[in-house]
Amino acid sequence: MYAFEIERPATIADAVAALQDEDAQALGGGQTLIPTLKARLAMPATLVSLTGIGEMKGVCLSDEGALCIGGATTHGTVAQEAAALYPALAALAGHIGDPAVRNRGTIGGSLANNDPSACYPAAALGSGATIITNARTIAADDYFQGMFATALDAGEVITEVRLPIPQAANYQKFVQPASRFALVGVYVAKYADGVRVAVTGASESGVFRWTEAEAALSADFSAAALGDLGVSAEGMIGDLHGTPAYRAHLVKVMTGRAVTAAG
Amino acid sequence: MPKNSGIGASTKRREDLRFLKGQGHYTDDINTYGQATAVFVRSNVANGKINGIDISVAENMPGVLAIFTGADFVDVGGNPAGWLINSRDGTPMKEPKRPVLAHGKVRHVGDAYAAVVAETEKQARDAAEEIIADIEELPALVDMAAALKADHFVHDEIGTNQCFDWGWIEDNRAATDAAIKAAPHVTTLELVNNRLAPNALEPRCSTASYDQGTDAYTLHTTSQNPHLTRLLISAFVMGIPENKLTVIAPDVGGGFGSKIYHYGEEALVLAAAKKVGRPVKWTADRSEAFLTDAHGRDHVTKIELACEKDGSFIAFRTETLANVGAYLSNFSTVTPTFLHGTLMAGNYTVPHVYVNVKTVFTNTAPVDAYRGAGRPEATYSIERVIDMAARELGIDPVEMRRKNFVKPDQYPFASAAGLEYDSGNYDALMDKMETLADRGGFDARRRESEAKGLLRGFGVNAYIEACGIAPSNLIGVLGSRVGLYDAATVRVNATGNLSVMVGAHSHGQGHETVFPQIVGEMLGIDPLSIDIVHGDTSKIPFGMGTYGSRSLAVCGSAVVRATEKIIVKAKKIAAHMLEAAVDDLDFVDGQFTVKGTDSSVSFGEVALKAYIPHNFPIEDIEPGLEETAFYDPANFTYPSGAYACEVEVDTETGKVRIDRFTAVDDFGNVMNPMIVTGQVHGGLGQGIGQALLEKAQYDSDGQLLSASYMDYTMPRADDLPFYTVDHSCATPCTHNPLGVKGCGEAGAIGSPPTVVNAVIDALQSGGKNVIHIDMPLTPVRVWEAMNNA
Ligand SMILES: Cc1cc2nc3c(=O)[nH]c(=O)nc-3n(C[C@H](O)[C@H](O)[C@H](O)COP(=O)(O)OP(=O)(O)OC[C@H]3O[C@@H](n4cnc5c(N)ncnc54)[C@H](O)[C@@H]3O)c2cc1C
Repeated sequence: MYAFEIERPATIADAVAALQDEDAQALGGGQTLIPTLKARLAMPATLVSLTGIGEMKGVCLSDEGALCIGGATTHGTVAQEAAALYPALAALAGHIGDPAVRNRGTIGGSLANNDPSACYPAAALGSGATIITNARTIAADDYFQGMFATALDAGEVITEVRLPIPQAANYQKFVQPASRFALVGVYVAKYADGVRVAVTGASESGVFRWTEAEAALSADFSAAALGDLGVSAEGMIGDLHGTPAYRAHLVKVMTGRAVTAAG
Repeated sequence: MPKNSGIGASTKRREDLRFLKGQGHYTDDINTYGQATAVFVRSNVANGKINGIDISVAENMPGVLAIFTGADFVDVGGNPAGWLINSRDGTPMKEPKRPVLAHGKVRHVGDAYAAVVAETEKQARDAAEEIIADIEELPALVDMAAALKADHFVHDEIGTNQCFDWGWIEDNRAATDAAIKAAPHVTTLELVNNRLAPNALEPRCSTASYDQGTDAYTLHTTSQNPHLTRLLISAFVMGIPENKLTVIAPDVGGGFGSKIYHYGEEALVLAAAKKVGRPVKWTADRSEAFLTDAHGRDHVTKIELACEKDGSFIAFRTETLANVGAYLSNFSTVTPTFLHGTLMAGNYTVPHVYVNVKTVFTNTAPVDAYRGAGRPEATYSIERVIDMAARELGIDPVEMRRKNFVKPDQYPFASAAGLEYDSGNYDALMDKMETLADRGGFDARRRESEAKGLLRGFGVNAYIEACGIAPSNLIGVLGSRVGLYDAATVRVNATGNLSVMVGAHSHGQGHETVFPQIVGEMLGIDPLSIDIVHGDTSKIPFGMGTYGSRSLAVCGSAVVRATEKIIVKAKKIAAHMLEAAVDDLDFVDGQFTVKGTDSSVSFGEVALKAYIPHNFPIEDIEPGLEETAFYDPANFTYPSGAYACEVEVDTETGKVRIDRFTAVDDFGNVMNPMIVTGQVHGGLGQGIGQALLEKAQYDSDGQLLSASYMDYTMPRADDLPFYTVDHSCATPCTHNPLGVKGCGEAGAIGSPPTVVNAVIDALQSGGKNVIHIDMPLTPVRVWEAMNNA
């Protein structure tokens, strides 16, 4: 780790101001950033901690019935507080990492980082969420731009995430055995106007929507409806834990299981 | 009635309380005044020529006290191999120098070529980043078969990448070949014994200090055997006289083999402490642990089993390539040879066995003993090929093994691989296993799984291993450069409590609890009045440390012998006190009593008399009550077992779940059943980890792909089932005083083939023609095997 300064603002405005410095970086739960710093892979001069900002924490329902989660809300809090409102999302949050990770890691940090194997990106894309920052609102469909790439500008802070609550939903995570991130994770959510299917862990382009499956499932919400649909192995991740063909295969298996579990 | 104290009691481990409360003292916990920090600069290429190292910027950075490079150590010795192995043609193995710091060439990713000593760790790391090495990358030698054919070498000076080509037993080669040629059935299996990273919870750490006034060094280090480390540093590497070097291995957080060995970092901190005149500490981070702790296993093997159509074994023939990595680690030459080849007859009366092992240098981390060391490799090969043969011949796998077992009336049994098994009862173990595993209920369970869309398999295994290492006379003939006795000093203090100094080192084994149980029972006193002292060469007798499931069988025997000497002397003192003849005394429950009278003295009174020798027959008996014994075993000990594993395989994903695991072991007499059960659990965890999860994977450039927990899969609690463990089928060891065999490695030896056999059985039951999958049986590998079948 290199030496750095730490700022602990209490408001979004102060955080945004502190992040104007180009060598400053936001610190959420630190579950990704701190290991990176420990390995001396990043050298920010200042860390701006977001976890002391009250207006960025908590879970509630909006007037339109969407689930609103503050950008600095931990996975552990979401697992508890969203359990009654949006069970599939709460279950996803409750299976990220281990208790220590869930007690620190935040939804904003996860979405800002956009690890291609992370869970929240699948939920956000699968729920057609809106990412709210200090500057604007971004539709999930526009937000994810490939592995570790997002629509965020430098210094922009995710203050809130709004997820419309579906009629039924489920997340199936087939874990990468070592990291227990998603080797392939599929989030299926059924809304009145159709089904969304978002896939994480699988693609070299990061989280994506499997639109053919969405169409089939919108017509008939059953695993059987997937018929002989399948995703191509091309562009899938190949590593120690799975070949592209294996990941492509799992996308379909996990989609079917998610549909069945969502009921 | 279970006992609540002494031999055979499940006494809770007294050391656990301090570990659980954070009151242990690990090397990194020990900080001394003026201590500086060392950081190593390591190669990020697997093979490279060092053209130059520029330290001019680094040495002027804040806090920097000294910088070392390989050039500073050209005049000191190399870190030696503990065993000299000869090739089949009689030529000695190739033994290139393993320097303290790489010089001229770097030979694996992580190979240290420089070290910075600075006031703080941060300053040392900052300076390390400014050391500019001109390293010309050379093609990496990673694959063993390719390395044997290559015309460039890991060590140019030896002109080959082969360390040796060993045959066991070479004189039996022709007969084995002939028997296989004539056999009615031959099963051939090619398999890989996967490479493992040892992953002790505590990374390696060494702190050295140098006392100018006495010209003496102290090294605190994470070691399983401080005396051996001192010997290697003194006699081979640094030339520091043994009497000027104290090596202390305090609490050590796991070793599994990786902390048996002396590493260059230990020599570096010693040299640095003298040079900068301050204590110097180095603590590995987890990345360094992955890259530089000696790895385990890494064999590529072809095994053939020749048998009659009825399943009677005729011969086992094995050809193995064993990776030794870039340098010879201390026991890297014995692990794939005598700890592997001599076990290749298994539990069986097979008449012919021949093993050929070629060891290969590659641009990878050194490979050495890891929990089980050679015996898991042997067991895996034998027990996999037997399963395959049974399937080919349509014979029940349990019956096939039983048919060939050594029978109880055949002991001592001379195996075709050159060992003499002293005791065992393999059928009894199988019987017990079949009962505890409810083999009879398997078909019903299989149907239940099938109803859920899952395939269920039943895998078995019978193993024997040789531990309690080792008889010095025998291993001396085989090429060992050390003896493998152990030692204990029993010191009875004046007030009747005891300090027992032992050569074995406890880093999870529970010696602090078990050795007092034994001594307490022998002396008829409370084990809690006895403390074990271990790990400090200035306090303990010269012992050889802990590995090879030797602590109890070898060091425990030394403890018994020393305690016997105490009893002999105490009896003399008691006889004097009671004015009776020694032969007229009984010693029961800590009391010396004149036979047939009520005249007696307690052990405590005798102890006090020994140290306050008023009215003492000093012409016949020395004052004091302290005895030392060295114990050298007459033979190895031979634990054996029968294991069963039941798995469910999800054919859609290839995911394997272990539903049941039964381990029935014969460890001879058991001193503390709870600790033995714990040792078995730990071994099973590591064996299942090898079978399903773990692999240290290099790419073709020699980069370690699984160099962190993001990619190296450690077994977690939910990967493992609840185990059924039994050690009631005990046949005591015939040649040590406690009749004990050793339990530390058994679980890791017996479990990998059991798991793989179960998975193959499951896939076969689903009509998948899968005959073998190389470990680890990760979901993708199982899925691919099913799809390719
Ligand atoms: C052992 C372990 C297991 C894990 N397992 C999983 C898993 O199974 N699934 C999974 O999805 N994740 C997993 N994670 C990752 C975890 O969810 C992290 O918490 C998450 O990826 C990052 O969130 P954070 O709050 O810790 O962010 P940090 O590490 O603090 O920051 C990450 C990045 O986001 C930026 N950032 C942080 N907050 C904001 C914000 N509000 N607005 C804009 N930028 C921001 C930071 O500047 C940094 O670049 C695991 C992590 C660990 C250590």
